[in-house]
Amino acid sequence: MIPSSFAYHKPSTVDEAIQMLQDAGEDAKLLAGGHSLIPAMKLRMNSPSALIDLRGISGLRYIRQEGNAIAIGAASTHHDIIDSNLVQSHLAMMVQAGSQIGDIQVRNMGTIGGSIAHADPAADWPACLIAADASIEMKGPNGTRTVAAEDFFLGLYYTALEEGEIITEVKIPIPAPGTKSSYVKFHQPASRFAIVGCAVMMKSSGGTCQSIRVGFTGVSDMAFRDTDLEDAIRGKELSAANVEAASQVAAAGKDILGDHFASTDYRLHLARVFAARAIHAAS
Amino acid sequence: MGISIEVNVNGEKRHSEVDARLLLVHYLRDTLGLTGTHVGCDTSNCGACTVLVDGKAVKSCTMLAVQANGAEVKTIEGMAENGELHPLQSSFKEAHGLQCGFCTPGMIMTAANLLERNSNPSEEEIRHALEGNFCRCTGYHNIVKAIQLAAQQLT
Repeated sequence: MIPSSFAYHKPSTVDEAIQMLQDAGEDAKLLAGGHSLIPAMKLRMNSPSALIDLRGISGLRYIRQEGNAIAIGAASTHHDIIDSNLVQSHLAMMVQAGSQIGDIQVRNMGTIGGSIAHADPAADWPACLIAADASIEMKGPNGTRTVAAEDFFLGLYYTALEEGEIITEVKIPIPAPGTKSSYVKFHQPASRFAIVGCAVMMKSSGGTCQSIRVGFTGVSDMAFRDTDLEDAIRGKELSAANVEAASQVAAAGKDILGDHFASTDYRLHLARVFAARAIHAAS
Repeated sequence: MGISIEVNVNGEKRHSEVDARLLLVHYLRDTLGLTGTHVGCDTSNCGACTVLVDGKAVKSCTMLAVQANGAEVKTIEGMAENGELHPLQSSFKEAHGLQCGFCTPGMIMTAANLLERNSNPSEEEIRHALEGNFCRCTGYHNIVKAIQLAAQQLT
């Protein structure tokens, strides 16, 4: 399978990339790791007139502490993230999620910026970024702006990214001492995408949940924050019975996906089961 | 419209004019004649086309040749040195890790990336590392044994 023809550009800075994106017209696409875009181009589901290859921009691939946050350059690969000592020290769920993305080959090429820009409803990072209260920085012809992860995912392959903008950075606050995080996932057996993925960031004390943020992926047409579930467990003792009871409100009121891998009812059931598992894992 | 690329393939600098849409696997096989890298599923799933790009295992059916411009690429043809098989190659032979052999080049290149990161992997770690490589003879058992044998020889 061969993609249709396109013009190829390789900028070395973000500003150059923004200019190229404007000049190349509306059918141009940004190419990061290419592990969603190139398969789609091979299947001719996507035929961009031009590709702007971001891999030549060295200033987009870093993971560093900035004040009380971890800043991850958008072109960091999944492997860069799970291998980072900084991420390993503070964000267990990012390591758990990243090591379950695709396979070694995919993790070597795929990037966090590419993943969230694509916004596959079953991708792993979005649930984590929502639970971690991350912010996403974008740069475009009108300058730089930042959007909270929970406001970034707007629908099926649809995000707050405007035309002409490039995701430059993901910033995650370093969790307060005593906070634990987890990501658990029910895999689609072939693609390894999440049929249900649940990320939890929780602070507990004396076996009681003090604060919690929950992000889901795979369940609906976009990743979302589950505040009903958070409210159901906050302030409660993290007993098996309480967690089980709280998990019954998981994904309540959401439009649940159904396909030939998991029906709507089964997916909702999985969301409840995996919510409980994720909460226990972060206890 | 050709784009000029320079790729170091198995230690040799290769200059080519390529179409932007040319996939790395077709560049290796058709332009350079290195047919040891196989096209299996052609949909980023099976891993038969795995090569090392700057030391990292990559599915060459999911990468453009132009993306490899300036990179070092290693294929199965570059594993043997001075006529001696690489320990992964000889171990696949010793442990009967090949059945039909179609998936073998990809298996070996992924295993090379694994052993680079983890010189003494457990059986579970090896099986996890091979998630992106399919053997339709279902010969995984001896493939795992071959990688364990190679790990012993390499340490």
